Amino acid sequence: MTIPLDSAAKLLGLLASGELTARQATQASLDRIAATDPEVGAFTFVNTEAALAAADSIDQRRRDGQPLGALAGVPIAVKDVLCTTDMPTTCSSRMLENHMSPYDATVVARLRAADAVIVGKTNMDEFAMGASTETSAFGKTTNPWNPSLTPGGSSGGAAACVAAGDVPLSLGSDTGGSIRQPAAFCGITGLKPTYGRVSRYGLIAFASSLDQVGPMAFDAVDCATLLNAIAGSDASDSTSLPVETPDFTAGLDRIEGELRIGIVKHHLEAEGLDPEVRQAVDDAIEVFRDAGAKIVEVELPHSDYWVPTYYVIAPSEASSNLSRYDGAHYGHRSPVAASDAGDRGPLVATYCRSRGEAFGAEVKRRIMIGMYALSAGYGDKYYMKALQVRRLISQDFDAAFQNVDLLLGPVTPTPPFAMGEKIDDPLQMYLCDLFTVGANLAGIPALSMPGGLTSNNLPIGIQLQAPPLQEAKLLQAAAAFQRATDWHTKRPL
Amino acid sequence: MLSVDQPYEIVIGLEVHVQLRTTTKLFCRCATQFGAPPNTNVCPVCLGMPGALPVINEHAVQLALQTGLALGSTIPPMTKWDRKQYFYPDLPKGYQISQFDLPICDGGHLAIADPADESQTRTIRLIRAHLEEDAGKSMHDEANGRADSRIDLNRCGTPLLEIVSQPDMRSAAEAKAFLTELKLLLTYLDVSDCEMQEGSLRVDANVNLKIEKAGDTIATPIVEIKNMNSFRAVERAIAHEAQRQYHEWEETGLTIKDRTKRTFGWDDAAERTVPQREKEEAADYRYLPDPDLLPICLSTETVEATRAALAEFPAVARQRLQADYEIKAYDADVIVNQGRGVVEYFEAVAKGSGDARRASSWIQQDVLRTMKEQGVGIGDFAVSADTLAELLGQVSAGKLDNARARDVFQHLLEKGGSVAEAIKALGIESVDAGEIESLCQELLDANPQVVEDVRGGKMQAIGSLIGQAKKKNPNVNPKQFREICLQLIQSAG
Repeated sequence: MTIPLDSAAKLLGLLASGELTARQATQASLDRIAATDPEVGAFTFVNTEAALAAADSIDQRRRDGQPLGALAGVPIAVKDVLCTTDMPTTCSSRMLENHMSPYDATVVARLRAADAVIVGKTNMDEFAMGASTETSAFGKTTNPWNPSLTPGGSSGGAAACVAAGDVPLSLGSDTGGSIRQPAAFCGITGLKPTYGRVSRYGLIAFASSLDQVGPMAFDAVDCATLLNAIAGSDASDSTSLPVETPDFTAGLDRIEGELRIGIVKHHLEAEGLDPEVRQAVDDAIEVFRDAGAKIVEVELPHSDYWVPTYYVIAPSEASSNLSRYDGAHYGHRSPVAASDAGDRGPLVATYCRSRGEAFGAEVKRRIMIGMYALSAGYGDKYYMKALQVRRLISQDFDAAFQNVDLLLGPVTPTPPFAMGEKIDDPLQMYLCDLFTVGANLAGIPALSMPGGLTSNNLPIGIQLQAPPLQEAKLLQAAAAFQRATDWHTKRPL
Repeated sequence: MLSVDQPYEIVIGLEVHVQLRTTTKLFCRCATQFGAPPNTNVCPVCLGMPGALPVINEHAVQLALQTGLALGSTIPPMTKWDRKQYFYPDLPKGYQISQFDLPICDGGHLAIADPADESQTRTIRLIRAHLEEDAGKSMHDEANGRADSRIDLNRCGTPLLEIVSQPDMRSAAEAKAFLTELKLLLTYLDVSDCEMQEGSLRVDANVNLKIEKAGDTIATPIVEIKNMNSFRAVERAIAHEAQRQYHEWEETGLTIKDRTKRTFGWDDAAERTVPQREKEEAADYRYLPDPDLLPICLSTETVEATRAALAEFPAVARQRLQADYEIKAYDADVIVNQGRGVVEYFEAVAKGSGDARRASSWIQQDVLRTMKEQGVGIGDFAVSADTLAELLGQVSAGKLDNARARDVFQHLLEKGGSVAEAIKALGIESVDAGEIESLCQELLDANPQVVEDVRGGKMQAIGSLIGQAKKKNPNVNPKQFREICLQLIQSAG
């Protein structure tokens, strides 16, 4: 029997009916990882024994007739930015190369409570900074559709392991598009929830006011199932929203009421938007129009400021969040600092050498930008100004959502790009976030789903964005799109 | 203030760090208990572990609010959290969560007795009071030549309220008076235990001089004396620093315009202030609103309910004791300055005995002296307020004289029990008037010279008989004895 690692829903059915055990599903996932990962490089750690032990425990409890969680026996991978007690948590950085967290992230604890089987941790851009997973200190992840291409980033490993069929589900994190862009590049579905919908406790911070954990899967239905397991307020995260968590899987078979979909013309005419991506967006518009949706043009007047605003706020918060990696308490401490302190003295030498040795170029670049933007005399000019613009950006979305239920557009300006193509040109890399950072700045939910293939047989993503807490609407629309199209069923050759 | 001895005026502003009396830390649920073994009261949050997030301790906010209201501060409707960023090994996150531009308490003032004239009050204005977390403790052992540094992070995250005064104080004595009154207020409010030797109250003093010269006023550069933990240290450090600044000015002629603020420490053994580090440029803390914590909005209802529930302030207690119990200002002052426990004790004794003045004098003399000798607080004092009230009631009723009452008091201190039991144990019996009269007659007959003297107007001559009477019967009340003798002499005349 083929074990359907491309669908959590199918797996759950087989597990529930007894046709398949959790151990079989887990072993299949581990075998698949062993086969694909030498080329894809999606994992930083595979927890073979613990995963099989968890699977056995689930099987035993099922045999004993005990109640099981909603994801019982489903293999899942989590991005290595989420703290786990039984696997290293590295953020793909030398700084945390051997870091074992003393606690589980809230989302990880919720996965365990849902009886998901966590098979491993996935590769990422170092500290989630990047759009290609090339800044990982532990080697690059390749795109399962073509090994010469990047899988996108920073959740490149989390996207690639799903696309490669290793696991049906994974967790990523999205600060400026880090779930949606790799989902688009790898041809899967990924959702960045409303800021505060999912706890950040145990998510190693990149930019705290933008970061959000979210589900990655082949389709919207599985994303909804995974979101059910991880969403909900958390007393350990002050910014988590005190709202009820609806059942996101309910009502996915229909769209309630008339669906008004907004199109931002300005985005479709953006310089650098690849014609094939543009075509996929136009096709998606037609799919929704055919399904009865009303298409409305809207404006987001401050969208030209998204990227500059993001690239002031995110590095500022990052420079602060990464201060804790000073070589004193945990993580990398330079072995030469004490013996070769020079004029700086051993303390400053420890800071400088430890940080100098263990942080990669992109992380250093963003720390420098952030430190500069916050420094005396510039804080008001850059950081405070960026916060003001952020408010305007948020107001743009509020105004647009007065007239439409969802916004539809591209996820990325281009299809997946080649390994090494942008890595030496940070500005080009930052423009990958052109269409995605708005949702992070405004805190709204946004989803990426497969919407076509290029002439070279590469995935193209379509983005849907919704007002705060309207994840159900996003998932409904994506599920409707996926009933009408088969892009999400396409697999790498 | 200017005199020949002191040809300058001292200008002093204080920053007082008060540890609030919470059982748990400001942003986690670790204990704040003092003296625990190093690094035992810690968790991922206060250790700044990757992924951990702060959650505000509402009790700390409440205590800060109480303090601010008692100090006459304005409570803004919104207060927020900021990160104050600097690298130091006892600061595990690389930033301290503090309050920068929107502190919980704005302005305020504290009235103190003018040390130059106790009948006058001086009002010291406050700039602000803000909440912040404490850092850990570094212990550097350079003595054994190993440059060994150890870090105890137990104190990390302990809630502090930093109260900042205007530079309104003009002498070391005023600074001490301010601190004494502030400490008294804080203990009345029960917001801090103010244990200075445990670091619950720490003081930084900003000091400079105003020197009159040829009709001009010259200000010397400001020096901040850091981290003093006794009032004596504060007083002496300021006095020393004033002299030092004057000599420095005489030598260099540098004024406030020529030199930025410097940081000094107080060397208690050497009794001098010593420079710590030059602040050539203002430290750049790169303040950032903390994105992990939401602003706190304090409603008018909360503020007013807190104000209504505030404990009585010392200044109010002083007035009330004078009015309600008809005791002198000086006596009310002594009682109030001993703390709220002694005030409550006094009130119970005054009411129970019906003799407030006697209660006041006994508490100021016998009770406070014994407490000091035994090194106990009023809460642990062996003689309860009810017992002392009963004893003093008997004195007022003439059943016991002061000397016998002191014997009873001593017995109660040593053996406990009731007043009646003590009187019985001591063999004190009341002597009836007939018995005293016969004793008087007997002694007068034996001492005709005394009778002679009294008739000649020397009433005090009876005093020599009292000692004899006491020897014959220790229970004789001297006052009664004296009155009866006088009557007998008069009637015999």
